[in-house]
Amino acid sequence: MTSGLLFALVGVALFALGLAGLVLIGDVLRRILAFNLMGSGAFLVLVGLAQRNGVPDAVPQAMVLTGIVVAVAATALALALARRLDAQREGALPEDEDG
Amino acid sequence: MMVLVFDGLLACALLWSAWRALATPRLDRAIVFFIAFGLLMSLAWARLSAPDIALAEAAIGAGLTGALLLDAYGAISRRKGGK
Amino acid sequence: MKRLAVFCLACAFVVLTGGALIELGPAAIDLRGQVAAQLAASGVSHPVTAVLLNFRGYDTLLEVAVLLIALLAILAVTDKPPAAPVPAHPLLQAVARGATPAMILVAVYLLWAGAHRPGGAFQAGAVLAAAAVLLHLVGLLPGWGAPGLRLRLGLTAGFALFLALAAALLSQGALLQYPPAAAGTLILVIEAGLTVSLGLILAGLFLFLSRDEGGET
Repeated sequence: MTSGLLFALVGVALFALGLAGLVLIGDVLRRILAFNLMGSGAFLVLVGLAQRNGVPDAVPQAMVLTGIVVAVAATALALALARRLDAQREGALPEDEDG
Repeated sequence: MMVLVFDGLLACALLWSAWRALATPRLDRAIVFFIAFGLLMSLAWARLSAPDIALAEAAIGAGLTGALLLDAYGAISRRKGGK
Repeated sequence: MKRLAVFCLACAFVVLTGGALIELGPAAIDLRGQVAAQLAASGVSHPVTAVLLNFRGYDTLLEVAVLLIALLAILAVTDKPPAAPVPAHPLLQAVARGATPAMILVAVYLLWAGAHRPGGAFQAGAVLAAAAVLLHLVGLLPGWGAPGLRLRLGLTAGFALFLALAAALLSQGALLQYPPAAAGTLILVIEAGLTVSLGLILAGLFLFLSRDEGGET
């Protein structure tokens, strides 16, 4: 077994772990963690599977490099929405008391 | 042989840290496990002879994402604590 | 009950997909040979940079657009003015002050090295962003409020430069097809613009977001 295939299999397991976490966990921040684990799993499958014969392949590597940068932007956007949601939940209570 | 053992250990460490990031009761510790997961991913990319991704993962996946997560955790828990 | 069902489904997924991966035959399309054959005409000698900025430059162009849209969305959902920075311990500040020039140097090195060895605009931009986040965390750089003209220009410069070059080179036949003689220079110019913009955008993801820090306490 080459390390490419091994890490592709790890990627499948990570994807399943993240997906199960996304379904089972209610906390928003932890769901963002689970979503990131799914992304990492998909990246590992992409690169690992292309390199299962042991020869490096630049095309999936470049695509994954793009993917990592997009993933951090998606994470930041998700966190911004989570913070906004949290602020509105907290802010809603005192307003109700005033009214 | 040694290389295969290292790969196996790295694979186990990746899955374990990912599992802890989802299952640890305390959220701040879970985020630290996630940062450790990012650093292990960076090692895995180096093993897959993808040094470009390893560099990006170490700087972005572990560093920037970790800082963003801890910052959001701090803001949300402070708001809860302030109430 | 739900836990058990999800666990069983996840295990089945791993076994089935893993089995399929192990039994997979050789790939029908292998681009390694094509990349190696065209590498000499791409203007750079590092295959990943060649794919990112020459063969698949279109993806990178759209990726920067995606980053800008994400940043705009973040600006739309955070509306508090930036809080005054809390200065950290003087020793931490001194370390951050000392580390920043070195990090900028590393970013420039990574940008330059991208042409012939691992490195490039993404990694260089990430290091720049890390330097900005470090300065912010020790209280030397305040969080960003509504971006002014200069910041807006900096955030969009990389994308605008990339797009302008793509439009100017349309006469070559295909989108982002560089004339082989000038390809190396063009890629370096685009990467330099992208480094500045990516650094600002990635730093902005943190500095725009963290501005409601402590606002409630």
